[in-house]
Amino acid sequence: MALLQISEPGQAPDPHKRRIAVGIDLGTTHSLVAAVRNGVAECLPDSEGRVVMPSAVRYLDKDRRQIGFDALAARSVDPANVITSVKRLMGRGIQDIANRDAMAYHLTGDDGMVKVQTVAGEKSPIEVSAEILATLRYRAEDTFDDELYGAVITVPAYFDEGQRQATKDAAQLAGLNVLRLISEPTAAAIAYGLDNASEGVYAVYDLGGGTFDISILRLTQGVFEVIATGGDSALGGDDYDHALAEFVLSQTGHKAQGDADRAALLVAARAAKEALSSAESTAFIAGLAAGELRFEVQREQFDAATASLTARTIVAVRKALRDARLQPDELQGIVLVGGATRMPQVRRAVGGFFGRDPLINLNPDEVVALGAAIQAHQLAGNGGVDDLLLLDVIPLSLGIETMGGLVERIVPRNQTIPTAMAQDFTTYKDGQTALALHVVQGERDLVADCRSLARFELRGIPPMVAGAARIRVTFTVDADGLLSVSAKEQGSGVEANVTVKPSYGLSDDQIATMLQESFSTAQQDMQARALVEARVDADRMLLATQSALDADGLLLSTEERGAIESLMEELRSARSASDAAVVEAATKALADGTEAFAAQRMNAGIARALAGRQIESL
Amino acid sequence: MCWRLFNAMNLNDTDFELFAVPATFAQDRAALDARWKELQREAHPDRFAARGAAAQRVAMQWSVRINEAYQRLKNPIKRAAYLCELNGAPINAENNTAMPSDFLMQQIEWREELDEARDADALDKLRGEVEAGRARALTSLDRLIDEKGDYPAAARQVRALMFIERFAEDIETKSDQWGQ
Repeated sequence: MALLQISEPGQAPDPHKRRIAVGIDLGTTHSLVAAVRNGVAECLPDSEGRVVMPSAVRYLDKDRRQIGFDALAARSVDPANVITSVKRLMGRGIQDIANRDAMAYHLTGDDGMVKVQTVAGEKSPIEVSAEILATLRYRAEDTFDDELYGAVITVPAYFDEGQRQATKDAAQLAGLNVLRLISEPTAAAIAYGLDNASEGVYAVYDLGGGTFDISILRLTQGVFEVIATGGDSALGGDDYDHALAEFVLSQTGHKAQGDADRAALLVAARAAKEALSSAESTAFIAGLAAGELRFEVQREQFDAATASLTARTIVAVRKALRDARLQPDELQGIVLVGGATRMPQVRRAVGGFFGRDPLINLNPDEVVALGAAIQAHQLAGNGGVDDLLLLDVIPLSLGIETMGGLVERIVPRNQTIPTAMAQDFTTYKDGQTALALHVVQGERDLVADCRSLARFELRGIPPMVAGAARIRVTFTVDADGLLSVSAKEQGSGVEANVTVKPSYGLSDDQIATMLQESFSTAQQDMQARALVEARVDADRMLLATQSALDADGLLLSTEERGAIESLMEELRSARSASDAAVVEAATKALADGTEAFAAQRMNAGIARALAGRQIESL
Repeated sequence: MCWRLFNAMNLNDTDFELFAVPATFAQDRAALDARWKELQREAHPDRFAARGAAAQRVAMQWSVRINEAYQRLKNPIKRAAYLCELNGAPINAENNTAMPSDFLMQQIEWREELDEARDADALDKLRGEVEAGRARALTSLDRLIDEKGDYPAAARQVRALMFIERFAEDIETKSDQWGQ
């Protein structure tokens, strides 16, 4: 809609009206929201001055829930209804979840995304995440006493298609306008890079609560270019807790009986883990059903019990460096991100591999949210931090199933996004008129070893002999790393398209229903506000269209101009209606009616800018 | 309105035109990297994030096109293949396997060496040979394209290089299987 606005990129349309945009780090164990205020990125505190919010949601009954510290505090007394580490469930089926038995709440699910059974009914991880996001959104709106324009949400670099889509769905459900999904290591690099005015190649080692990422980035004059990324989206600090709890059980001969025991063990393990970051030994104390469990853990024992986890991260680091075609000593610096990097054994392993001490001068808990806030500020068009450009990559290869259950790779991993790549396929039977396409993601050669993303069919291919049809399958990955696929038979022009979503995401209808069900409290207020907003949008659209006509009206024929002007007239009269939907419809009609004109102007603008670049640099 | 004097860019321009570099095999990698970032600075969808979905779509087309050109220009094999194609000698690797005649023997020897390799040293030695073969083939491409303009011969050399790339991956796969 706002396309026709005449402002240049990087400038706010109205200098007096700053758009409030935030960065949100939606973490496994905790989440944060940050924003740029007075030119500096800072994390926003809650009413009690705490910036970190536990990523925990407790369902009390059908309508009531607690989020954050209150929810986490109830973990031992109400384990089945306190959902923690929900990020590990995002975009996952029940068969994908490791450590299912160690979780204190109950999972269900058949072939779709896993769900959590609570006193408030079955909750999808998307809904649970939306509760966390909405809480952070309210925190930001209270801080600024204003509406949010949009948010940048961070995801692990190693998140696949389904996990990214689920995150975007959750943000939408929380009423957030997602400006961009960016990877956590990249966000951290922004915060570090801008802070230290660095240039060169950096590795960001991000061990969070439930995910591990390694990204290799090149920083040059405000451009953050991701060269390679790798990791494990099911490996994090939580796993160190599990390993420690298991070690203690094996040493003491105790057994966990029931959810409350499991929850108590994890709480005790986390406390012991944190204590061992500074102490050589600590007491592991958990109140179990069978009595109190007390065990003195030495740091060496903890290191040994978790050595295989640490080693798994180093394997991923080595692979990412190989993808980047770099040696450890070619890097400028190593940045540690994520609370789990406070563990001495992790610091030692990373320092040992790269042969130097990692950088830790920013708070590893906050750095991701801060970087996201800087990017959000710029994407909202507020300017300020000029010349910041992210060139990110897709973490996992994308392909199509071919005969014999093999994967034909179409977009290789570590490809800079946005990207579009195509491959030609053909029919294998005479007279075949349909082709089933199965889209998969992963590095393995067999379809069975990769993640299935979507299936769709291209129908209506004219009957031909086997091998005569030319079916071009195009994969388009946008700047958020989200995929859409299209297939076209070149001879007949028959086409089919799919935005990858069905397997684990929510349909737009499902999102709409959920929005109505869970976030429709202040109905009347919302209607009144919707009307005001619709009129503001209408005015903005009219003004923008008029300016565009004044500036580039010559691009249009008389008929085209007439059509646009009559749409403007209709919008002017619809503007006085009392129903927001009527105003919105007329605004949308004008937006749609001017889209071709707008695209023409945009195209001419970019083409001029690129040509200008060349003249300059010749 | 001085910009009207310059020709605006077109999505259908060749990669070389888009990057404003000569259409030769020899390229300055640092210059390509710098130009890529310059162009993305103008066209990346993030530059238009505050301007709505339609603007994003247009920007994305350009951004995708710039990335496509960059991928092709920075990779010597893809760049050579592209030059061959632009000059009427398409590679058609699926149904044309013509390679330089002396390369065929080489292929067979390497395959045997890989099959017979039993330790890391043998793989290292083979890696070295393949790397040297790759360097030789690239030098010859430079001569065939930029000096002689012999595109059919260059296309055969490109096919040989594509084989070398795949073979190098096979070596790494075997190395990975040994858990190195």
